[in-house]
Amino acid sequence: MTTKHAIAILVNDQPGVLQRVSGLFGRRGFNIESITVGQSEEQGLSRMVIVTEGDDQTLEQIEKQLYKLIDVIKVVNLSSKPMVSRELALIKVKAEQAERPEIKSLADTFRAAVVDIGTRNMMIQVVGDTEKVDALLELLKPYGIQELSRTGVTAMTRGNAL
Amino acid sequence: MKPEVITGSEILLRSLLLEGVECVFGYPGGAVLYIYDALYGFKDFHHLLTRHEQGAIHAADGYARASGKVGVCIATSGPGATNLVTGIATAYMDSVPLVVITGNVHQSLIGTDAFQEADITGITMPITKHSYLVRDVKDLPRIIHEAFHIANSGRKGPVLIDIPKDVSAATTLFEPAKVMNLRGYNPTVAPNRLQLDKVAAAIQEASQPVILAGGGVVYSGGHEELLQFAETTEIPVTTTLLGLGGFPSGNRLWMGMPGMHGTYTANNAIQQSDLLICIGARFDDRVTGKLDGFAPKAKIVHIDIDPAEIGKNVHTDIPVVGDVKTVLEQLNKLIKRADKADAWRDQIQQWKAEKPFKYKDSNDSLKPQWVIEMLNETTHGEAIVTTDVGQHQMWTAQYYKFNQPRSWITSGGLGTMGFGFPSAIGAQMAHPDRLVISINGDGGMQMCSQELAICAINKIPVKIVVINNQVLGMVRQWQELIYENRYSHIDLSGSPDFVKLAEAYGVKGLRATNKEDAQAVWREALETPGPVLVEFVVDKQENVYPMVTQGSTIDQMLMGDCE
Repeated sequence: MTTKHAIAILVNDQPGVLQRVSGLFGRRGFNIESITVGQSEEQGLSRMVIVTEGDDQTLEQIEKQLYKLIDVIKVVNLSSKPMVSRELALIKVKAEQAERPEIKSLADTFRAAVVDIGTRNMMIQVVGDTEKVDALLELLKPYGIQELSRTGVTAMTRGNAL
Repeated sequence: MKPEVITGSEILLRSLLLEGVECVFGYPGGAVLYIYDALYGFKDFHHLLTRHEQGAIHAADGYARASGKVGVCIATSGPGATNLVTGIATAYMDSVPLVVITGNVHQSLIGTDAFQEADITGITMPITKHSYLVRDVKDLPRIIHEAFHIANSGRKGPVLIDIPKDVSAATTLFEPAKVMNLRGYNPTVAPNRLQLDKVAAAIQEASQPVILAGGGVVYSGGHEELLQFAETTEIPVTTTLLGLGGFPSGNRLWMGMPGMHGTYTANNAIQQSDLLICIGARFDDRVTGKLDGFAPKAKIVHIDIDPAEIGKNVHTDIPVVGDVKTVLEQLNKLIKRADKADAWRDQIQQWKAEKPFKYKDSNDSLKPQWVIEMLNETTHGEAIVTTDVGQHQMWTAQYYKFNQPRSWITSGGLGTMGFGFPSAIGAQMAHPDRLVISINGDGGMQMCSQELAICAINKIPVKIVVINNQVLGMVRQWQELIYENRYSHIDLSGSPDFVKLAEAYGVKGLRATNKEDAQAVWREALETPGPVLVEFVVDKQENVYPMVTQGSTIDQMLMGDCE
């Protein structure tokens, strides 16, 4: 059965490592829905979180192929464990004077923040799991979304789960 | 060694020496001038100057396959580096340990589309086990040490080191690398004991077991362990194209090669097996045929050092991750004869007797299979044989009887035309005293024939065989059988006179068009010191049989002349 998975990959912070990982996905026909990279808790290592889709066999191959890369230290399938996942989105939405209170209250409901106001638009910043971001976007669509930038998912296992 | 301040180029040479390098294949150019300057007058290892970078890397590959050591080649940046791509991919597909050194432009010019600049680490990322772009001369000793370790351990493969010109020119205090920091690289060598117990139990249960052995047996040096495993269990053995020589072809348990041009016996045995023990092979599509119907009744054991191969193509019931030699050593302590398989052994022998490889011989023309049989008989199967790719490759795999590992060198995974001849040069460098025969078609011979010069100048005594059927034979065979005789662009008439070509380079050339001449010229070739090219003009219409066409299961064979 094809399902979504978030995979965390601890890699050496080397030039070209993103290319190695994303290239591997591309050439072996694995899908990348989102990819985020940043510092990890250890100097010299970065953590990537890739959201991908596939059945169990595909996921097993993804993990095994990733481990073949010399710069990959550890691969964790987060989705198989309790986890916290977040993404951030900046949404520039059309907002005439009269609509602003409405949009502001929508944002408040989602604990999103208004981070900029233009003469005819507002910028909303929302942080949450993918579903939450999707839901807020759905509600803002009728006003007219002018620009959208999403970061992709970053994630971690909960508590002591490894 | 006392630390001293030397250039990156000198560090490279000293590091290669410390890694035990005896021979390097290369071609100079602007970006490696400092390295070649350091090589000037250098006597500690041999540098062989080829006529093309492709020749250099295939030679390094042949050297590695014949010796079991790491093959090394050097090329300049840009076109020099890109000329290596085919050879790197060839080595990658067949898990051959290479360290490939390329020059790059000065670091200040990288990214500016400078003269002879190419992002060779980027280009080769999908076809290397790992690669380095050296940014600081201080990293060079560590990188070279790591590269050799990565190339020749675990699942072996090519590692590329790209050295910008300023790094090869820069100086630093040289201290040989002793420590490696490769946290992400720990190949599993020793197998899990519980899995081995499962394999031993499965052998006792099986009534139709088969061993499918591949290149991993040869690469791990596990051929003796495989022989012991097979003789103890008395399970019939089939060896893949790259596994040839990993098990003695004369052994009663050997069934020949499986797959597209495999034996009737091996293919039927796999299809009817109830236990298939795959050792150091990766279920390539040329072996499995249609995956859906592959070994439908078999419980599958897969022994491989690369965990990613297990379950990649074929579902595995008992996975064993580990070095083939180590796994077999441990397994051999646990196994007994497969007692339930007596009727099966009889069946195998019956198939072997009924359906061996066969061709219709002729006294009017030379049959390519006959030529290979003659080469086998006259050398008693003792030579190191390299081939190019195509019909002659399959006939050699079928009719030459390999009895020892590393005596068979061929491009299996990538199927690289042009590989056969230069790889023989490398093999001969690894074994100066052995007879090395390079068997080529008239097509592939023309893809790297410039290396005839190297044989002549360096007196490398390779016996170069050209099986000339004046056509791209394997393509013709497919066009005949699958594309309704629409022979599109395969006619190689107008090829050079191979005898004259050889002589133009200073290599003795001989030709035969009939059996009598063939025996005479081959005898002359063997008796002549130094390199000799022998052209056998053979029957143009001959096909390789049996053949499994794509989309068929491997027991659905076109038997042709083997009927």
